[in-house]
Order: sequence, then C-alpha cells, then structure tokens
Amino acid sequence: MHLEVFAEGRSLLHILDPRVKIVSFTVFVIFCVGAKGFLPPFVYFLIGFGLVFLAKLEFKKVLARLLPANVFLVFFWVLLPFMYKSNPYLIETPYLKISAEGVYQALLITLKCNAILMATIALLGTSNVFMLAHAMLHFKVPAKLVTVFFVFYRYITVLHEEYLKIKRAALARGFVPKNSLQTYKTYGYLVAFLLIKSFERSEEVYRAMLARGFKGFFPVLNHFYLKPLDLFFGFFFLTVIFLIFFF
Amino acid sequence: MEKIIDIKGLVFKYNDRVVLDDLELEVRVGDRIGLIGPNGAGKTTLLYIIMGFLKPLKGKIIILEKERKEEKDFIEVRQKIGLLFQDSDSQLFCPTVKEDIAFGPLNLGKSHEEVKEIIDKVAHFFGITHLLERPVYKLSGGEKRLVALAGIFAMNPICYLLDEPSAGLDEQSKTKLIEFLKTQSTYLIVSHEKDFLKEVSNKIFKLEKGKLFQLL
Repeated sequence: MHLEVFAEGRSLLHILDPRVKIVSFTVFVIFCVGAKGFLPPFVYFLIGFGLVFLAKLEFKKVLARLLPANVFLVFFWVLLPFMYKSNPYLIETPYLKISAEGVYQALLITLKCNAILMATIALLGTSNVFMLAHAMLHFKVPAKLVTVFFVFYRYITVLHEEYLKIKRAALARGFVPKNSLQTYKTYGYLVAFLLIKSFERSEEVYRAMLARGFKGFFPVLNHFYLKPLDLFFGFFFLTVIFLIFFF
Repeated sequence: MEKIIDIKGLVFKYNDRVVLDDLELEVRVGDRIGLIGPNGAGKTTLLYIIMGFLKPLKGKIIILEKERKEEKDFIEVRQKIGLLFQDSDSQLFCPTVKEDIAFGPLNLGKSHEEVKEIIDKVAHFFGITHLLERPVYKLSGGEKRLVALAGIFAMNPICYLLDEPSAGLDEQSKTKLIEFLKTQSTYLIVSHEKDFLKEVSNKIFKLEKGKLFQLL
C-alpha cells in the first residue's frame, strides 16, 4: 500500500517548509469550520481546490480520496432537509416538507468538509510523514506522542504488506473464496496469523531498533530552514484566510 | 501440451523504473531452469507476474496454451503451478503444519480422506512427520522452508516456481531439497548459488536489465 501518493512531487507546496504548512493548515481548518454565511465557506472551498491545483496533484487520485467522505455526506443531504422545522420550506405539502434551512446546512457541511479535505491533501499530504513528525517536534509536541504517531503510521503499511503476503500465499495455492466452511476457516486463519505475525514483526523491529541504540525517540537528521518563500507563502495564505473570514 | 509457460514482450514498471523490458520466456515440459540475476533485477517480479499477482504493462502471458489476462484466468494457473515464496514466513499461515499442507489440496477440491493420504505421503517424503502437529510459527527457518515446499508438493503441480529455495538451508536440508528436485521434471528456480543451480538445472538464464540471457 502506498500511503504517501501525494508526497512525491516538485510543486510549490512540496518544497514548502512543513512547519509553515502545518500552521497554515491549522488556521485554515479553524476558520473554515467557523465560517458563517454562504460566501466565506464557498471561497474556502475554492481555496482548497486552488491548493490541490497548486500542488499539481492528479485530480483523479484526489477525487478517489474525496469520494468516500462524500458518500458519507450523502446522508446529510438525505436527512437534514427533513429534520429542520424552520420556515421557509422549499416544498410544502401536508405530508412532505423540505426545509430550505436544512438544504443550506447540508450544503455548508459539504463545502466545508471538502475544503478541509482538499487542504489536508494539498498541505499535509505533500509532506511525507517523517517530515510531519519532525515538524511536530519543532512545535514542542511531546516526543513520545510523535513517536507513537510515527510508528503507528509506519505500521499501517507493514500490516497491509503482511496482509497482502498472506493473501498471496492463499491464492498461490488455489484458494478461491466460496460460501463454505473451508473458506471461513481460511479467513479465520488469515486474521489470526496476521495478528501473530504483526506482533512478531513489531517485536523484531523493536529489537532491531534497540540494537541500533534506540532510546525512545527518533533523532532528527535534517533540520528545516525557513526560506523567504516559506515566510511569504505563510503570510500571504494567512492574510487571505483572515480577510475572507472578516469580510 | 508442450509449452507450460510462454511469455512474450513482457514490460513491467515499478513507478518509473523499468524492471522487465521486452522479456521473453518459455518453459516446456521437462525444462529445469535456473534463474540468476542481481538483487532487484526483477526475478521475484517475474514469478509474481506468472502467478497473476502483478499486472504487466505490456506483453502476452500464455500459460497452458491460454492467454491469461484477468484475475479469473489465473485461478487455473495457481492450481497447476506451484510457487515457493522467497520468505517462507509469507507462505505459512495455518495454525499447524498439518493444516498448512492440507490447505492446497482442499482448495483443489480433494476429499478429507484423500487429503489425509496426501499429508502422510508428503510428510514421509520430506521427513517431517514429527512436525505435523506443531504450530508453524514455532518452526526453525529450515523447517519452515521444507514445510512450505511440502505444502506445494501436496498440490502436485505440473511446474514449480521456486524463489531462492536453498537460501539459508543447512547441508542436510539442502540435500533433501536436491533429492526432491530430482524427482520433479519441470521447474524454474531463482537462486544466487551457481553450484546449486548447476546441479539441479539443465538451462540457466541470467536476468539483467529487464531481459533474459541464456548462460547454459
């Protein structure tokens, strides 16, 4: 599994200092969530879109990431218009009332959610996790927390690799899933073995880390240097966000 | 049925790195092929493509005289060609050795009686009768390799693909492996050990820069 599909690239957002991106992202999220009216959230949505464009990411891949979240949002569109009891109604019959306020709320949630997702992909997704963990250390996030975050992330991939290996092993010996006891037994074995193997693997990796002098935190090799471009981007981006929010 | 595997114009890339470039490979009944090549040359990739785990960018894969393209085309391939993984740990996943050996034959639709017979036969052949009830994750490296091989042998494939079967084996286990190979007629072995390959193969290919070159 390739989790860092967006981290490879040479766009402006890829070369920015991760610290600037984290600050920009955090402020963006806070203001986007708090934005009122229709226009500000819509402009934030456009900014999210613009960031994806600026990061020169493949739209197909970005859309593939946005899709699951939007499937979830469909429920808001189905439920909210019927839940609000406020006037005015878009459609009003004795049996069916669709509230304009409900539609508006669903729209707002959709806009904000997609804006934040796109900003996450474009700002955080364009750094690899090691850089983000490193940047978190600079923000005085406790080293233990950062290590947990990093190792956790690192092992999602390992778990997935283990899963693929076991699946291949089963397929290689002619396993075809059917509705049979044999199939369910096999799946049971797969899951059980996945647990055992990931546990063993983690122990082994831990031993390998200890063998190389691991003391509970990751030492940092390359340090960040703020470039004028970083400062300019951060300043410009934050100003735009403030301006949109207050006008 | 002369040709078991017939690959033409195979191209495979990992991201932008070309691993296999217009590769040709033929495996006929009776071929005992040795495959060598530097690390990262794409030997395992080639085996995975034959088994349908990886999809090539270009090229024709004809196995058992049928072109294989989609996942469902490879079901038959996997039943008839046995792959020994480079890392035995990735092959064994059933709780006990016995169940692991039974896994393949059960997938072939054998009855429980037949499977029991197969287990006995295979265990005798490899001299692992004493391991049958043991959990697979507690075996030693060499034992794991033998059990993995036994699991494939139990399916009686018409052709074996063995990914570094001799790596990490002691003399005794290696002798067992060579004995086993002498009873088989068709296989393709990936290995770095030239002496071992000379002993067990009648053709040796080198995989380099995405192409195969015949050395022997």
